[in-house]
Amino acid sequence: MYDLIIIGAGPAGLSAAVSAWQADLKSILLIERDRELGGILNQCIHNGFGLHLFKEELTGPEFAGRLIEMLKDTDVEVMSDTMVLDINGDHEVSLINTHGYQKVQGKAVILAMGCRERTRGAIAIPGSRGSGVYTAGTAQRYINMDGYLVGKRVVILGSGDIGLIMARRMTLEGAKVLACVEINPYSSGLQRNIKQCLEDFDIPLYLSHTITDIKGYPRVSQVVVSRVDEKFRPIPGTEMTFDCDTVLLSIGLIPENELSRAAGIVIDPRTKGPLVWENMETSIDGVFACGNVVQVHDLADNVAAEARKAAVAAARYVQDNQPHTGELTVKTAGNVTYTVPQRIHLPVTDKLVEISFRTNRVFGQCAVEVVDKDGNAVCRFKREYITPGELQKIAVPGKLLEGREEYLTVKVTEEQK
Amino acid sequence: MTELICIGCPRGCHLKVDEQNGYAVSGNNCPVGAEYGRNELTNPTRVLTSTVRITGAIHSCLPVKSSGPIRKALLMEAVKALKDVEVASPVHKGEVIVRDIAGSGQDMLASRDM
Amino acid sequence: MYDVIIIGGGVVGSAAAYYLSQHDLKLLMLEAFNDVADGTTKANSAVIHAGYDPKPGSLMAKYNVEGSKLTRELAKKLDVPYVNDGSLVLAFSPEDLETLKELYDRGIANGVEQLKLLNYEETKDIEPGISENVYGSLYAGTSAVISPWEYCLALAETAVRNGMDLKLSNEVTGIRKNEDGSFTVTTVKGEYQGRYVINAAGIYADKVHEMIGQKEFTITPVRGQYFLLDKSQFPKARHTLFQCPSERGKGVAVTPTVHGNLIVGPDATRVNGEDLDTTADILSYVRETASLSIKDIDYQENIRNFSGLRARSDRGDFIIEESHSVPDFFNLAGMASPALSSAAAIGIAAREWVLSKHPYPKKEDYVDSRRKIRFKQLSDEEKNRIIKEDPAYGRIICRCETVTEGEIRATFKTPIPPRSIDAVKRRTNAGMGRCQGGFCGERVAMILKEELGLDYDEILQDREGTVVLEKKAKEDYGNV
Repeated sequence: MYDLIIIGAGPAGLSAAVSAWQADLKSILLIERDRELGGILNQCIHNGFGLHLFKEELTGPEFAGRLIEMLKDTDVEVMSDTMVLDINGDHEVSLINTHGYQKVQGKAVILAMGCRERTRGAIAIPGSRGSGVYTAGTAQRYINMDGYLVGKRVVILGSGDIGLIMARRMTLEGAKVLACVEINPYSSGLQRNIKQCLEDFDIPLYLSHTITDIKGYPRVSQVVVSRVDEKFRPIPGTEMTFDCDTVLLSIGLIPENELSRAAGIVIDPRTKGPLVWENMETSIDGVFACGNVVQVHDLADNVAAEARKAAVAAARYVQDNQPHTGELTVKTAGNVTYTVPQRIHLPVTDKLVEISFRTNRVFGQCAVEVVDKDGNAVCRFKREYITPGELQKIAVPGKLLEGREEYLTVKVTEEQK
Repeated sequence: MTELICIGCPRGCHLKVDEQNGYAVSGNNCPVGAEYGRNELTNPTRVLTSTVRITGAIHSCLPVKSSGPIRKALLMEAVKALKDVEVASPVHKGEVIVRDIAGSGQDMLASRDM
Repeated sequence: MYDVIIIGGGVVGSAAAYYLSQHDLKLLMLEAFNDVADGTTKANSAVIHAGYDPKPGSLMAKYNVEGSKLTRELAKKLDVPYVNDGSLVLAFSPEDLETLKELYDRGIANGVEQLKLLNYEETKDIEPGISENVYGSLYAGTSAVISPWEYCLALAETAVRNGMDLKLSNEVTGIRKNEDGSFTVTTVKGEYQGRYVINAAGIYADKVHEMIGQKEFTITPVRGQYFLLDKSQFPKARHTLFQCPSERGKGVAVTPTVHGNLIVGPDATRVNGEDLDTTADILSYVRETASLSIKDIDYQENIRNFSGLRARSDRGDFIIEESHSVPDFFNLAGMASPALSSAAAIGIAAREWVLSKHPYPKKEDYVDSRRKIRFKQLSDEEKNRIIKEDPAYGRIICRCETVTEGEIRATFKTPIPPRSIDAVKRRTNAGMGRCQGGFCGERVAMILKEELGLDYDEILQDREGTVVLEKKAKEDYGNV
């Protein structure tokens, strides 16, 4: 019987393992499906990681390396090259590896399985079925781990960070990136990546555009790009044709919750991740979740912070589980599309309750407001700029939540000039 | 006056750089922004990350990064200089793979153990 | 000199191969693509029809009803995923109910068992997800779904295991008759001589026939487009749901698959040649039409769109006959739906024709079975045992479908080893799930590279030319 079983050893799982050890859990099992620890960080060879956590700018492998070093100072048991097949409500985990099939039991479980990329099918891009269409992450693995380019002339659909990073990588390694095409009127990646991955290399970004046809067989030879109206419908007559052999898709990430669903954990249809309490506990007692399995983050540093929260809560659950007396639901209004957490235990024991959220449009000077069920302001946070591409965070002082009932609402309002 | 997005950290501050006034930077939330704003208009630099071939390791490629920012104009040449570099496992993080890459004054370092 | 040359490695050619390989004769199959099951066979609704649809007295009626029964037995014998889930034809108006009655009568005339006319309530009882537009339905209990490519592979593999020569990537370019009455079939790769020729060339059957014979029929490819939905949508239909044919058209079907997904489609559009594109207008037509049957399918959960071509003949029926202009040349043409359901019976017809020409005796050592390891379906104990035997079964390559490295490696030792990433998918399901090979594609590619000793630019996604990797990193920089 382990105190804690952590599923996944990417940034979330590694951080959770280190933090849980620091929180005095002494029998921890960390399970990773790949042969090595680090998850997707190993193929993210670019820098930009670690500014919050380590106060310096690291590459993905360096960031993973730091966490792995920290793990070496603990007695956390690691099983790599091991796949979890099933988790049940009693914290029993079935797994296989090259030694066989077995079941292990934990007092608590942390889910840290990360996410996967949306595919061509998810947005039903019509056209030919030739080779040359890849998700950006797949192309990233081919180039950074195997040393091969998936194509020579590339059009990127979607302006997610992996797509932007790949625009730079492909260019530096000898491919021509013709365009990055984004259906929204704003970029879905970080501003800095637009600058250093597209603008640095004079790669045009077409906002409010999408790919309406892919041509060529057996290999992609052309794509047609059209402008879209405010309802995302292609506008006839705006077609542009690019001669290319490759389409990279960077059209979003989806939390990987097959195990969670099978375990009966409640999933929030908006995040596609488990519905969580403020301490990252899911709808099943003693099962916690953190990182991209809960919500898609922009930064590994934020994943690590969320993982620490889950680990501390898991330790508390194992060591001294205090029952709760009530709960608050976190609702959204206006242009806020979701929040994490979706529920808060009462009484609040933490000094600060962090709430992260995304909006579905860009805001300039604005305020994030939290109001209670009677419409009373709980607190208010000024922001200079909010874009859907960047995860927002507020920290609500716990004592401001005392005496509130039923639910809170998080909304963003434009600042009057 | 030039507007820039700072690439110093993920916050992506919207900077304004005043060329007429000694490249004074506003809109930054930390000193990184001030330095970046000035450099970007006078001598833009970037940290370069890439890979080199590795034999006898778990993957075929070893990720490398420059020990510091190198002039933007040298980026392509620096990648070119990595083309025929091949190392053998084991390699340790921080190990120098290529010294003074493309005459930039910076070294290319292994960014992981492999 | 071969006794029989089969042109085409789709399900019809493979069924003929399966039955012919039971006899003591030299058998050759020529396939244009780099795998069997790579044309119409891999892209259709995967339904084994009950047989109420074809007109009584037609070849389609005869072979469908016989074929469906045989398919069930073959699936069991050759370890092919097959689920007898039954089908419903849904009516959306009082006139449709009349049509259902006609279909019912037709079914009875064709000898179809387990047919029942149901009213709305009865339909709703067994298919709770149907929309309130439904007036009633025709239930067919013998309807089933199958893995069409695995069915084809099982037939072709068994034939190869029993001595058939299979030449892939051998597109036929010419056929001539020799003085001794035999044929010489020329392909892009070589020449092959055979006593009898069976033409199972799918949408190219007319062209192949006309390489030596007179024009006797015309094949028109009719394209159908589909959505393949994630397993999350599977519970939304328990049966294959057809729509009653009417002025609206033939409608589109919603079908559970043996793999636990949901397929929605197809439309029917005449096209020229090998046009497998999907198009925005048709996909939205398919979606809207299907919503008549079931409303709440979540198309956000779509994982793939694809097109298939039905080889429709100008006779409106199967063509299963010796060529009128070329003796010893047998056409299996016009293999549109219900060809998948009929394939086994058509295979027997092809064998009977060959035996009528020459009574080749049955083989005594015929191996009539096939078993494969499907790790996911093993019990805990079996999983443990097989990992102990071969640790590669303890390493999952495809996480969406739980496919192990052991299963993937094993396909390279089968009678028809894979030559592409999609060929591995057809044999193991790796890459078939919701991430569509996003994670495992690269791993499968590297296994393929290693097993077949390929260079990086020889790794194929599917058919010849579907290259995955274009060049090495930094290649264009020249030597420094």
